[in-house]
Amino acid sequence: MTTTTRRAPIEVAEPGGAPSSAAIAELISTAPVPRPTLMRTFNAMMAREFRVLRRNAVATFTRAVMQPLLFVFVFAYVFPKIGGGFNLGGGATAAGASAVKGGINFATILVPGLMASMLLMQGIMAVTFPLVMEFSWQRTIEDRALAPVPIRVLAIQKIVAGAVQSFIGAVIVFPIVLFVHAAGQAPHVHVTNWALFIVILAFASLLTSSLGLLLGTIMDPRKMQMLFAVVLLPATMLGCVYYPWSALHHIRWLQILVLINPMVYMSEGLRAVLTPVLGHMPMWGVLLALIGGTAVFSYLGTRTFTNRVLN
Amino acid sequence: MTGNGNSETAASGYAIRTEDLRKTYKSSRGDVPAVRGIDLSVESGQFFGLLGPNGAGKSTTIGMLTTLILPTGGRAWVSGLDVVADPVGVKRRIGVVTQNNTLDMQLTVAENLEFRSRFFGLSLREASRRAEQLLEVFGLADRRKAMSTDLSGGQARRLLIARALVHRPDVLFLDEPTAGLDPQTRVNLWDILQVLHGEGQTILLTTHYMEEAEALCEQISVIDHGEVLASGTVNELKDGAGAETVITVRYEDRVPEGLAAQAGLTDRPGVSKVESDGDFVRVFTREPEGVLGELVTAGSAAGLTVRDATQLKPSLETVFLTLTGREYRE
Repeated sequence: MTTTTRRAPIEVAEPGGAPSSAAIAELISTAPVPRPTLMRTFNAMMAREFRVLRRNAVATFTRAVMQPLLFVFVFAYVFPKIGGGFNLGGGATAAGASAVKGGINFATILVPGLMASMLLMQGIMAVTFPLVMEFSWQRTIEDRALAPVPIRVLAIQKIVAGAVQSFIGAVIVFPIVLFVHAAGQAPHVHVTNWALFIVILAFASLLTSSLGLLLGTIMDPRKMQMLFAVVLLPATMLGCVYYPWSALHHIRWLQILVLINPMVYMSEGLRAVLTPVLGHMPMWGVLLALIGGTAVFSYLGTRTFTNRVLN
Repeated sequence: MTGNGNSETAASGYAIRTEDLRKTYKSSRGDVPAVRGIDLSVESGQFFGLLGPNGAGKSTTIGMLTTLILPTGGRAWVSGLDVVADPVGVKRRIGVVTQNNTLDMQLTVAENLEFRSRFFGLSLREASRRAEQLLEVFGLADRRKAMSTDLSGGQARRLLIARALVHRPDVLFLDEPTAGLDPQTRVNLWDILQVLHGEGQTILLTTHYMEEAEALCEQISVIDHGEVLASGTVNELKDGAGAETVITVRYEDRVPEGLAAQAGLTDRPGVSKVESDGDFVRVFTREPEGVLGELVTAGSAAGLTVRDATQLKPSLETVFLTLTGREYRE
């Protein structure tokens, strides 16, 4: 074994070199006294999320807006123009017809549905994807796991941050689905209770981000593509996005089966507050499912998250 | 539980203390013990090294001390606080340089420091001032706006150390801080660590580089297979277990039994031990002069050709060899 020759520490800080002893000594002597509190650390973590969101805002929301934008463009603008396609909403229209005299266009069905689907996409993108990255081989999650708060606070912070991003996404999508349509094809949107609208939107956001946390902690990173096939696609297609739940009474078994899909309650809740002309699920059922679902997913997600961080 | 009270008293004087600390991982193929009862005592201001080959249990030990791995047995205290009972209190008092690059990939270099400072309760203004100071000292000022993913290996490692120092930690933990770095960068990091130590910073470092432990650490515990094999200063370790030169000669063929004895090596003054297994003979001696020659001669007398020969001067490597009978695998 060779003996190692030690260099004397160099005295001037140079980029790429070692810092001077005096500078390090000062670093230690002038070190601030940490006074972390739960709220301070939580707020700092939220500030970190907003910094990242602001930096990636254009990319994040462009990606998110494309699907609903193209959807309303094709179904509320192109189809009515070229004729015939409008009947796509026929079944649903028939179902809702008893509630409305003037008939319902497809755009009316799509407004709450596409907002709900936006919430789900955002919840997954804001929470699940980053989490899978943070748990992958470099385990960058340790960066925040070492912050002076209990691990479950970190999990709750991720849910809250994800919900905020979902909420913003839905607010951006709202005018798009509202105003993109052919002449005479405007959706019949009528918000009677803004407070309830905000409450539904907030709980729907929390539901998606807590589901996002749970998925992010149980997903195998190598099988991320499966997320689209197994979770996002069925949740959306069978989530009463493109038809109201009441219309499903024609297919009774499906109407009952889709009740396990949290997406149904998000679509129907928004439908109840945005397009009350359309038949929708009772409000108590919606709220129970949104709040209960948030509680269950948050509890399970926080638990699996803690188990993944502390091994 | 009077024992607990005593343990706490015993722990309070130390920066780090563990008692029979254990971690066993459950797997489908049964229990895998990673740490099997480690006792450590690190005094405040000490530069302490955990030396062992990859897979020895060093990272698991550091993980338990930094609260991210839950022990399955025994106890551990950092700054007198129980790591299981008060993980938040422990996290407030430590700085951790992880083995992986755990920099926040979504943030710039400066933001990595600012947000870590704010996690520790500093105000916005204090945080940016502290970040600026750290960037200057660690030679990263011209990279402050770069994304942390764009840093070179050495720069990333410096940023990781800077990030662990945003508050003044009672104990600085470094898990394999120089693994994978070029020699120049490694020596630069050593300089930084020595200055920190000179300023009274308590440091616990794990390494699988013997020369790193020798160059930096005042006190070393050699660990392998989850157990402490020996503890002491470098000199104590060498004087104790490995004050001998170890001479190993490998031959092209199997060594016949009694080769060393026939060559008179077992009775030679200074020789404490002779091992022979398969194709090699290994001699532990305080008087190494001429031993190598005799082994070669004895070999050719028995019709054996020498394949290679090594002579290790007393070092941590010979300590390891003496303690385990195995060559050190880095």
